Amino acid sequence: MSILVNRDTRVITQGITGATGLFHTKQAIEYGTNMVGGVTPGKGGSTVEGVPVFDTVEQAVRATDANASVIYVPPAFAADAIMEAADAGVELVICITEGIPILDMVAAKRYLEGKGTRLIGPNCPGVITPGECKIGIMPGYIHKRGHVGVVSRSGTLTYEAVYQLTVQGIGQSTAVGIGGDPVNGTNFVEVLRMFNEDPDTEAVIMIGEIGGSAEEDAAAYVKEHMKKPVAGFIAGSSAPPGKRMGHAGAIISGGKGTASEKIAAMQNAGIKVANTPSEMGATLVKMLEERNLLAKCRG
Amino acid sequence: MNIHEYQAKAILRKYGVAVPDGEVAFSADEAVKVAERFGGRAVVKAQIHAGGRGKAGGVKLAKSLDDVRGYANELLGKTLVTHQTGPEGKVVKRLLIESLTAIQKEYYVGLVVDRSAGRVVMMASEEGGMEIEEVAAHSPEKIVRETIDPAVGLRPFQARKLAYAIHIPDELINKAAAFMSALYRAFVDNDCAIVEINPLVVTGDGNVLALDAKLNFDANALYRHKDILALRDLDEEDPRDVEASKFDLTYIALHGNIGCLVNGAGLAMATMDTIKFYGGEPANFLDVGGGASEEKVTEAFKIILSDSGVKGILVNIFGGIMKCDVIANAVVAASRQVELDRPLVVRLEGTNVDLGKQILQASGLKIASADSLAEAAQKIIELVK
Repeated sequence: MSILVNRDTRVITQGITGATGLFHTKQAIEYGTNMVGGVTPGKGGSTVEGVPVFDTVEQAVRATDANASVIYVPPAFAADAIMEAADAGVELVICITEGIPILDMVAAKRYLEGKGTRLIGPNCPGVITPGECKIGIMPGYIHKRGHVGVVSRSGTLTYEAVYQLTVQGIGQSTAVGIGGDPVNGTNFVEVLRMFNEDPDTEAVIMIGEIGGSAEEDAAAYVKEHMKKPVAGFIAGSSAPPGKRMGHAGAIISGGKGTASEKIAAMQNAGIKVANTPSEMGATLVKMLEERNLLAKCRG
Repeated sequence: MNIHEYQAKAILRKYGVAVPDGEVAFSADEAVKVAERFGGRAVVKAQIHAGGRGKAGGVKLAKSLDDVRGYANELLGKTLVTHQTGPEGKVVKRLLIESLTAIQKEYYVGLVVDRSAGRVVMMASEEGGMEIEEVAAHSPEKIVRETIDPAVGLRPFQARKLAYAIHIPDELINKAAAFMSALYRAFVDNDCAIVEINPLVVTGDGNVLALDAKLNFDANALYRHKDILALRDLDEEDPRDVEASKFDLTYIALHGNIGCLVNGAGLAMATMDTIKFYGGEPANFLDVGGGASEEKVTEAFKIILSDSGVKGILVNIFGGIMKCDVIANAVVAASRQVELDRPLVVRLEGTNVDLGKQILQASGLKIASADSLAEAAQKIIELVK
């Protein structure tokens, strides 16, 4: 078991003929992801990496029965791509694109209301269920199938956490990058809820960063509902206020969204927060030991 | 991206947002010329990209053209230090000369994107002139909000609700509502990230106008606003930030002595955090992005080293798609090209990590390598002591 994606997920790539789309489609196929097609307007009828290309998402869905889509189109067209996928009834849309105008995302999010589409991202590494389905730009080989869920706003910190687990022999159920933008499709709380309900996930690592209040919301959820141990890390405790730290969403504004507030909220909810990113894995291992879950998670 | 107050007011005027009559001046002569229109009774406002100018002495009330000339000469070239400029302050190079306004009462109106709602929110308060964060801390009940559905925009009833809630005089409710609607159109049309009118004022002669205006634009949307991009004032930005942006690097100068070069924004922040955790001080945030090529690493090194306060560099790369041997080669080549003369600690992890470490070792350069970020941070802190 896992969340969001598995070996039965049928995936199309939007922007499949672009350099990034092409590269990562190939990587996904090599990993074993069930890639069933791609979309690039004007390139319909051709074949790329052995999968058929369509002009519209609607055509692609009709022909391939795809239920997930990954978006690599440039920022100016990415919000439109999200809406096109939702219009075609794609259940899961994962948007990797970084740099989408925020008001485009406001419009896209409004468009998704009432539709049965879940959006992950934008500005995220994607979602992977090790050994089954890799959708996104994460390096597949650092992952190992297992029982720890990972959810993060940052791509490279996700890899860092996953790698630390894997070298300790601890596999992951699913790793989800929710993205570093201020307006995104899915937040910590929703992913934590999925992990909480997933019988195959025994524990969770949650990696947040400065800006906004998604981590505080997540902490409130954990305190109230989470049955499984959660370890965490917050990036940006040394960041000065008012400066955008790379990610559009990583900014302390008006004294809100500081690392110390987030860490306090998480600790208050029973989440063990690592002092440095090097200790994310070890922090979780300690929690697993305390709860006699380590053997199971190494199994 | 930020712009100056006079530029913000020019944009707002186009949308029918009422602002005082005024014009920019780059010299005392120009200032006097503008003030002649107002018979010498004018406000002389320093134009820098920072708030708190009034308290720092950057806003003067002139009663005559001589006053205007005197204040203009005083302010132009002066370094203004406000709570937002940092201790180094900012040099005043432009002035806004405006007609005097008969203020009856001050209010606050602002627009931002609310992350959790994923929508634009208009905020208003009857506590004008104060910083909104201060109001939020002391009397949060005095801030009212309307969340805006992007499908239909700010509705007139929402604007009226806000205007009544902040106690705009009854006879001016419609004017205030029209002001707010125009402000929302300006926000959306120009892809703003933040708009703040503080204060919005009601005048003795029954007008509602923006006495000050702060517009901040979404950097991701500037590609479709060439007119706004043209307003960028490089004097207001750190030259190293500007240089970095040319090479698609994200650089933010800080005050420490350990330069950082990292891939990924989250990992870059976490690297700074780790240095600080072990008692060091990071000199910068620098994200080289997904592709740490030789060219990018070289440019990144140059930018980091242009800060004379940097005593050593920590490179922290998680090689995923980008392999560690490629990155190691880039680091070695870049070190040679810039003739690196300060300690360098490299921490590589990920694909082909052993090969990467071999390349670093075989280079003959004085590069210390580390297995974990924690170890790397402690090593570089030791080396810069």
